[in-house]
Amino acid sequence: MAEIIQDIQEQEYLINMGPQHPSTHGVLRLVLSLRGETVLSVQPHCGYIHRGIEKMCERLTYQQIIHLTDRLDYLSAHINNHAVCMLVENALGVELPERVKYIRTIMDELARIASHQLWWCSFGMDLGALTAFFYGLRDREPILDIFEESTGGRLIQSYYTPGGLMKDIHPGFQKRVKDFIKMFRKKINEYDQLLSGNVIMTQRTQGIGILTEEEAISFGVTGPSGRGSGFECDIRKHHPYSLYNKVEFKEILRTEGDSFARYSVRMDEMRESLNIIEQLIDNIPAGDFSVKMKPVIKLPEGEYYQRVEAARGEFGVFISSKGEKYPYRVKLRSPNFSNLSALHSIAHGQKIADLVAIGASLDYVIPDIDR
Amino acid sequence: MRGLINYFSGMFNGIISLVKGMGVTGKYFFTSPVTIVTQQYPENRKTLEMFDAFKGEVTMPHNENNEHKCTACNICQINCPNGSIEVVSKDVVNEEGKKKKELDKHHYNIGMCSFCGLCIKTCPSNALAWGQEFEHAMFTRNKFVKTLNNEGSKLIQKKGVE
Ligand code: SF4
Ligand code: SF4
Repeated sequence: MAEIIQDIQEQEYLINMGPQHPSTHGVLRLVLSLRGETVLSVQPHCGYIHRGIEKMCERLTYQQIIHLTDRLDYLSAHINNHAVCMLVENALGVELPERVKYIRTIMDELARIASHQLWWCSFGMDLGALTAFFYGLRDREPILDIFEESTGGRLIQSYYTPGGLMKDIHPGFQKRVKDFIKMFRKKINEYDQLLSGNVIMTQRTQGIGILTEEEAISFGVTGPSGRGSGFECDIRKHHPYSLYNKVEFKEILRTEGDSFARYSVRMDEMRESLNIIEQLIDNIPAGDFSVKMKPVIKLPEGEYYQRVEAARGEFGVFISSKGEKYPYRVKLRSPNFSNLSALHSIAHGQKIADLVAIGASLDYVIPDIDR
Repeated sequence: MRGLINYFSGMFNGIISLVKGMGVTGKYFFTSPVTIVTQQYPENRKTLEMFDAFKGEVTMPHNENNEHKCTACNICQINCPNGSIEVVSKDVVNEEGKKKKELDKHHYNIGMCSFCGLCIKTCPSNALAWGQEFEHAMFTRNKFVKTLNNEGSKLIQKKGVE
């Protein structure tokens, strides 16, 4: 008997986590190699929800591509749309009305808050705090209502279109957003009381799952996960687009690189997004909500790249055009794919239970990984 | 000794943090025990109203004389990324003996629709609009194909034109 136990302790064995594991937040399969409870290696296997979006885009006009980018990282649907729209507008040299820029920036930040709220819910749930899940969802509801009232969609909006917006915002938009900011400023302190200081939470995240800045850069880990390691990668700050060079906001940085650093970056980012919205919401200028574009958009021959800061990192669109109404080739740089690639170097040597917390702190959305 | 102090202070701090968290949940438990955050669906089906902009399904509004605005120009069908619209037109001969295209059937397959809104936005005669219906579950797939124009409906005749 003793021999068998010794054998098990020394043997390496493989275990599949997923594709239907609740903590992978989607259909992601991780092949773990374990010794006892210690993780020796993590190999992600992607492709369970691959839809061939890049290939599909080659047979769609530029307006039609928008509705597919919604379905990548569905939690930052607005921001993904923004990237494609800006690419087309910059390529054609379209000057947008100020009103469009204001609305787009506000919508982007609302989407970022909603996304981080959902991340907070699931982070709590992965660590066993189910209360957090319900509180987060409760506070996300007003944002979804704001989206629904103005855009018609709750999760997937397809609201932006090259040249502006699909329709104007609802007259009650500003009041709703202001009410939400007032409400959420109080609630976010509750989040801190409930989870941030919690002993179970701190012990399971502090000093665990360390990603150094060097690794973050070499794996291309961007967004809050990269900034938790001290990697300055906020596109809004370093390559401002839309109105981000007009508003005041801080780039949130932490240098610890552990799960807790990634957690606190996201918490502070929610507050920062509230600040950004507050600066803009009162002075949305009147004007058109879109400029008139040709019904068939043809990009001049050439290659174009546009990047934006999505809720999980840098989202980039590369389009190579042959001057036709369809793009010749589309490549999407999805933040989650690069973030996932760092999982092995973060998690090896850790306990398998901590892998769940590490995965939650990286906050991946699987449809964005597989595309 | 030091270890012992750390052990107890850690325990104490841990308990405090738990109590703090319980304070939040306790506050809600005692102050608003009957506040309902979620929607009481399906009990509220009769009173439930969606926002005007809500994208439930594509519809073709008709006026009281059973007339619609669609000229069967096919633009919505061309713009739909999923091929969920099929415009069937027929040629009619009017009194003056001229041939004219008229809408026969506007088929819309909601099972293939991704609610992008391009058909509604690009329609030159504003013939389509969003409907607020959201209960779309069906037992068979071919029920998803709807005909948007009513039986016997006609094109609205513009005023000033006979
Ligand atoms: S619904 Fe509009 S776009 Fe479609 S065929 Fe009729 S008039 Fe043309
Ligand atoms: S909403 Fe989009 S997918 Fe649906 S029918 Fe209209 S164009 Fe097609």
